[in-house]
Amino acid sequence: MTRYSSVLDLIGSTPVVDISSLSPKPNVSILAKLEGRNPAGSVKDRIAYSMILAAEAEGRLIPGAPDQVLLEPSSGNTGIALAMVCRLRGYHLKVVLPTNVSPERRQLLVAWGAEIIDSPGAEGSNGGVRLARELAEEHPEWVFLYQYANENNPLAHYRTTGPEILADVPEITHFVAGLGTSGTLMGVGRYLKEHKPDVQIWAIEPPSGEMVDGLRNLDDGYVPPIFVSNHGAELLDRKVVVRPKESIEWARRLTEVGLFTGISAGAIMSGAVKCAMQIPDDQTATIVTIVCDDGWKYLSTGAWSDDIDEVVERAKKIIYF
Amino acid sequence: MTAVLRIPTVLRPAVHGQTTVEIVGTTVGEVLTNLVAVYPTLEGQVLDADGALHRFLNVYVNDDDVRYIGGLNAPVADGDDITLLPAVAGGAA
Repeated sequence: MTRYSSVLDLIGSTPVVDISSLSPKPNVSILAKLEGRNPAGSVKDRIAYSMILAAEAEGRLIPGAPDQVLLEPSSGNTGIALAMVCRLRGYHLKVVLPTNVSPERRQLLVAWGAEIIDSPGAEGSNGGVRLARELAEEHPEWVFLYQYANENNPLAHYRTTGPEILADVPEITHFVAGLGTSGTLMGVGRYLKEHKPDVQIWAIEPPSGEMVDGLRNLDDGYVPPIFVSNHGAELLDRKVVVRPKESIEWARRLTEVGLFTGISAGAIMSGAVKCAMQIPDDQTATIVTIVCDDGWKYLSTGAWSDDIDEVVERAKKIIYF
Repeated sequence: MTAVLRIPTVLRPAVHGQTTVEIVGTTVGEVLTNLVAVYPTLEGQVLDADGALHRFLNVYVNDDDVRYIGGLNAPVADGDDITLLPAVAGGAA
């Protein structure tokens, strides 16, 4: 076994596993990149470390110096990843967290020593972003990495996730990932298009459920600045929305290939299956999907154990994607 | 062609609280123009002054975002499911 000097060195280089037995078509292979293998448990380890390293390089953060505070809006995984890195680097992290995230996410943040600032659950991630931006203006002394607008978010994927995928799956024809901050899609998408222009980039829109009910009007909407700066509308080839029920069904089906994944991976897998269905019978294709995290943080949703319709109703009120 | 439109909460007051409405049209552009004609308080909330899709509105035909399948020219078939969703900060961010 390789010996590492820091847990931070374990970020990235995640394995890819062939899950084609779940493909609806024999001519389409599906491979999953297991980002839950990152040390803090999700794909967000990559961007958390990347954003902090960049802030340190810029002198905005100094490892070991006292009283350094970071602020970040997060519905879970970025906060957890940042909290782990901050713990190792000696920074104090404040996470603006909607009240309706799964309790495991809240507990993990506490475990890593982060401070939680509640934002209204009914306003979803949008409300968290809005509150964090207000707090950042009030406290310019806090370091606001702001994953939605930080170019080191897509850059982490351009430099690591993208090259890893192309090295492990050179025959890739389609990349399918979830659209949150858009960092994964922008970074991996740009890398793949530069090195293999024919690769199709598919975005899976999270099932928004009732969490968008807090919008007062359409102008409260939000498009991540990194989606705009990376020309997301041109980079993506397709964008499909996935329903909560499909997400949970596919999270369950992923156990058939031995994968206990988060519900977002179920949503993305559902999108990958829709993608596979569009491949003509006389063509072959290789789809790579992202498993953002494992299922542990979602056990309280009953996603694998309860009646699926009850789970779907519950899931509409909880941010789990 | 008659499509079934799913209306997001934020736009429901303009359609008298309905969660779905049926609107005729052969393209997404036609359907949305007809939607605004039937419910005039939606003026400016679906299409902007230039006739383009509102920046913070995503429109899906059978779950496919129309911006990537022909935009307002995307064809609509009888019984198609058209979902309107606000663009929000989402994901496990």
